[in-house]
Amino acid sequence: MSTLKELSELPVKLTSGHRLCAGCAEPIFAKQILLGTQRPLVVSLSTGCFEVSTTVYPYSSWNVPMIHTAFGNGAATCAGVETAYKSLKRQGKIKEDVNFVNFAGDGATYDIGLQALSGAMERGHKMMYVCLNNEAYMNTGIQRSSATVMGADTTTSPAGLESSGKKEFSKDLTAIMVAHNIPYAAQASPHNWKDTVSKAKKGFDCDGPSFINGIVPCPRGWRTPSDKTIEVARLAVETCVWPLYEVVDGEYALTAESERIADGKAEQKPITDWIKTQGRFKHLTEERWAPVVEDMQKQVDRNWEKLIKLATN
Amino acid sequence: MVKKQPEDVAMNGDGAIAYAWKQIDPDVCAAYPITPQTIIVEDFSKYVADGAVKTEFVTVESEHSALTLCAASCSAGARTFTATASQGLAYMWEMLPITSSMRVPVVMAVANRAVSGPININNDHGDAMAARDTGWLQLFAYNVQSSYDNAIIAPRIAEHPDVQLPILTNLDGFILTHAVERMTPMDTEDVKKFVGEFKPVCPLLDFDKPTCHGMLDGPDYYYAHKYQQAVAFDRALEVAEEVFREFKELTGREYKLVDEYRCDDADYIAIILGSSYGTMQETVDRMRDAGMKVGVATTHVYRPWPEKELERVMKGKKAVAVFDKHLSLGAYGPLYPEVVAAAIDLDEIPKMYNFIYGIGGADVGVSLLMEAMEKVVDGTADKLNYVGLKI
Repeated sequence: MSTLKELSELPVKLTSGHRLCAGCAEPIFAKQILLGTQRPLVVSLSTGCFEVSTTVYPYSSWNVPMIHTAFGNGAATCAGVETAYKSLKRQGKIKEDVNFVNFAGDGATYDIGLQALSGAMERGHKMMYVCLNNEAYMNTGIQRSSATVMGADTTTSPAGLESSGKKEFSKDLTAIMVAHNIPYAAQASPHNWKDTVSKAKKGFDCDGPSFINGIVPCPRGWRTPSDKTIEVARLAVETCVWPLYEVVDGEYALTAESERIADGKAEQKPITDWIKTQGRFKHLTEERWAPVVEDMQKQVDRNWEKLIKLATN
Repeated sequence: MVKKQPEDVAMNGDGAIAYAWKQIDPDVCAAYPITPQTIIVEDFSKYVADGAVKTEFVTVESEHSALTLCAASCSAGARTFTATASQGLAYMWEMLPITSSMRVPVVMAVANRAVSGPININNDHGDAMAARDTGWLQLFAYNVQSSYDNAIIAPRIAEHPDVQLPILTNLDGFILTHAVERMTPMDTEDVKKFVGEFKPVCPLLDFDKPTCHGMLDGPDYYYAHKYQQAVAFDRALEVAEEVFREFKELTGREYKLVDEYRCDDADYIAIILGSSYGTMQETVDRMRDAGMKVGVATTHVYRPWPEKELERVMKGKKAVAVFDKHLSLGAYGPLYPEVVAAAIDLDEIPKMYNFIYGIGGADVGVSLLMEAMEKVVDGTADKLNYVGLKI
């Protein structure tokens, strides 16, 4: 593993000057992912904040080849480039080894792009798919997705006199990706650059499709100050709301803070520590929604226990 | 001097397209089954399995991904083909204008089939017409021979440096896709030479010159980029004519933007698309035998719209009957207003009639077409007519 200083001296693939909001975790996390390979790289983007903010014609934030087609088909787009590469490489028209990565938000991944993603993973394209999971459709103005956690106030699951916000638990997409029997799947968080860069490297180096699901706090949608992004991401991990783990050829392993919590070297913080940092959960501090918070804690604990079993088998 | 052509073979339209693709040997092919297209990808997958082609063959999970994969693969620098029909083309719709705006010459065969609902697997042109305004070049075949020939001609037009647009090669579902006809193939060597090497423009996989494909446009750039596509469409008319000339020199088979039959001295002409061009030729012969001066023309190249050629064909005619295998509900068949627009610069505008026919595979026989054309000759047709409708 390279040092932070060494990583900082590598060529910059995503330049500054893009139009993402102050405090957005997406470019932070994406840059960590991009540090995971030094091979030539093609970046594919699903429609979303990250795409519209980095590719406004005639400007581009990308120093590497970039392609975008639509919203629900980032995996198929990336797979198309990889297929062309495979064909041209076999014909000797391309010499170098190339990596391919698609970045997509949670709406583009958990919802509208799930079919294309599943297809690409099943077919075994040698590409990485990264979900920039900010837990709602942020580009269109904070609408709930199937990645939105229970209790969150969004513009299509608003908290109200008779509503505690989103009623459903979020989908466990990482588990769905693991079920595709791909060589590498992981969850990561931008607060731990070392863990993320190491996972990205494993994903890029593996011989097949890889999937990384990253929690990327959105100051606008989560109603957090723009200087608290990393802190909020860290809390998601420390409360086990977003455990850090990887699944290599079907073998589960907890990593970083999550590994330390499982080993008893660190305490699992209560979900209230995470909730209280974000305006989208503000209504949950009302007494009448205490049962919702209890449900949320129970769900976190259930998932965490399940994960520990998988990782210690 | 046309060199000796290979022996004739018996093939269905789908098989003929797959055979043309085998001869061209594209870099990438995306496949998803849908009736009546499926024989194309089945036959082609056998060529892949036997190592007869070098193509990367990808069996995608949907048509949306099929066209996405094609657009991306072609952007990356690979000659890329796919095929679909009806619901498949409808499912691809989002990617149709995107593929065109990315200026990638993807080649797609469409086995024309009615669009649901009600669900119907038979032939009409509802699928191709719904793709009309999405920025794809479109060729229509009228028999198995032209289905094969179009498959070989299509990449030449689409990949021309001045064009760089995706192209649909239409053939009527079942009538052409499944019916076996006699046709003359080309030597594979001639096909390869005619189609040539794929020369991508600014491919994504050129790491010395990194490029961005599919960026966000504000209103000014969006409009300007659309205009550039329009210019490429205009240029495609000339390019198609150049390619047709070259094709004729090689094979002896002549195609034009508007192919016509006994139109020169006709007073009344039909304008029709696809396999019905053949049925109408038989109709014309029988009506000529009965002393009626009729003819038929077909827009072999449907997009770009060959307006000048149509205008020439219609000049001096008493009436024009436009036959549409699709209906824009609440208006006309889609061909009709465009043919009318092509006629309005004529000094004497012929009477213009619209005939809807063959919807959802409704039978199209010589007797039905003759009945329609007789009404055109005697002037008793309505402006909008429904041929062979059973209520």
